[in-house]
Amino acid sequence: MAVTTDIGVMASAATARRPWRGPRLSAGALGAAAACVAAFLYLPIVVLIVFSFNDNVVTTLPLKEFTWRWYESAFANEDLLRALWNSLYVAAAATLICVAFGVPAAIALDRIDFPGKTIFRRAVLLPLVLPGLITGISMLNLFRVLGLNLSLETVILGHGTALISVVVTQVFARLQRFNRRLEEASNDLGARPLQTFWYVTLPNIKTAIIGSALISFTLSFDEIPVTFFLTGRENTLPMYIYSTLRRGITPEINAIGTIIVVASLVVIFVSVLMLSDKGER
Amino acid sequence: MRLATRRRFTAAGILGGPLAWTLVFMFVPYAIMFTYSFYTRQFPTMVPDFQFGNYLALFADPQYYQVLLRTIKIAVLVTIAAVALAYPLAYFLVFKVASARLRTALYVAVIVPLWVSYLLRAYTWKTILGSEGVLNSFLVWTGILDQPTDLFLYNQFAMVLTLTYIFVPFCVMPIYASLEKIPASLKEASKDLGVGPFRTFLAVTLPLSVPGILAGATFTFSLTMGDFVAPFLVGGADGALIATVVQSQFGTALNWPLGSALSMVMLFIVLTIITLSDRLERAGRLDLG
Repeated sequence: MAVTTDIGVMASAATARRPWRGPRLSAGALGAAAACVAAFLYLPIVVLIVFSFNDNVVTTLPLKEFTWRWYESAFANEDLLRALWNSLYVAAAATLICVAFGVPAAIALDRIDFPGKTIFRRAVLLPLVLPGLITGISMLNLFRVLGLNLSLETVILGHGTALISVVVTQVFARLQRFNRRLEEASNDLGARPLQTFWYVTLPNIKTAIIGSALISFTLSFDEIPVTFFLTGRENTLPMYIYSTLRRGITPEINAIGTIIVVASLVVIFVSVLMLSDKGER
Repeated sequence: MRLATRRRFTAAGILGGPLAWTLVFMFVPYAIMFTYSFYTRQFPTMVPDFQFGNYLALFADPQYYQVLLRTIKIAVLVTIAAVALAYPLAYFLVFKVASARLRTALYVAVIVPLWVSYLLRAYTWKTILGSEGVLNSFLVWTGILDQPTDLFLYNQFAMVLTLTYIFVPFCVMPIYASLEKIPASLKEASKDLGVGPFRTFLAVTLPLSVPGILAGATFTFSLTMGDFVAPFLVGGADGALIATVVQSQFGTALNWPLGSALSMVMLFIVLTIITLSDRLERAGRLDLG
């Protein structure tokens, strides 16, 4: 599974020089197929954006006039705004947890040997492949046993558990590529272990931490399956959208959706760059 | 001696937090879930018990095992479709895009949607396929259809389409990585030996990219298995997946023991698939040392 998780290596590999271009499977047909798949990936996003500016209650063609109306009504909707703030709060707190526990976990996996390490590694990385529903339900069971009431804070604990793996994989990958001689040199020059960590190790893994934190933030902000089981009376934004979809589609959702998608695209783009070799010093 | 002790303290300090977190929020919850799966339901709560009724119900009651079979069918279809779409795209990026800068840009463009709101990406398909949706109105507008059809939405096809859409980037990532790693010399050798491009692909490129395909397929299969958002948004009356059933056991149906048993079965299937794909990957890996 290791191949799938290291975004940094892959983005770096993409920039590597490649003198030879592979067997000549008819490039034209392949290019057309690739273009179709790329269009398939972006078409729905374009549809979402276009219809958020379309002056029509239903999402039908042909397009009508341009309007800001759906954005105005989205920002006048107090339930929606409250859910938006809840989501920002949850995502910020969950990201802190992911970094606070994910970075030490990555360091431990990289350089400490201890009994049960394999099980620990598997457990930490499991949520990458595990449906969020299982994390949500198992933690719901835990909170029931503990007698904890469900709230945004229980959602934060759930998101933390589900997303620590994102930080662990990226920071671990960076640590593996990091030249250990730099630390040896620092130690030889008389630096204390903590100083070496602060001045040598940390600067080298900094962009991996920030990049993976940004991805965790976006994922937490959009999370449904864990949130569904762990939230109390308060709703996060995706849960709010999810519950309004029960009643049908409104262009307001297109408007707020456009903002989320565009913001996420920007954040993710930045984080992928930070995780690639351009992020390394 | 003092150095060793100090090192041990440092190690404990680094490892302590993450270890405690996984114990408290993963192992303990799974253990509780496992325990609950043997309890007996007593509406609206449950009583401690040790019986296999919940598991038996899953395999004896057609209501449940049919959903399980349907989920596996949908997950298999989505996995095949996502890999089939991702492979040519990854192949094109790795071997046909000459400029490294362009290749990086395209690669990033392909994988970025992976992290963009899952809910909204599924939701747009509802707006596209619905009877008052983009596709229908386009077909009516252009005169291909007389009136909107409700054939596109609320069926298994819509579900497979939506889930495939969501998981294509998941498959592109590992396939791209595995294709990138193939040394050019191997294929040059094949060419020098007079093997045609298509047979080179079958004999060299494809086998070497199997780990990537397996990784992408594992992700897609297990995440599809546990999805309840797509069935809710675009699935029809016959569209309930196993996750939908689990969700209702903890919601309206209020049958936590059964829901826990279902979750344990899902957890078991996912763990089996991860282990299998790990084994296969290791067995199929060629040593290029």
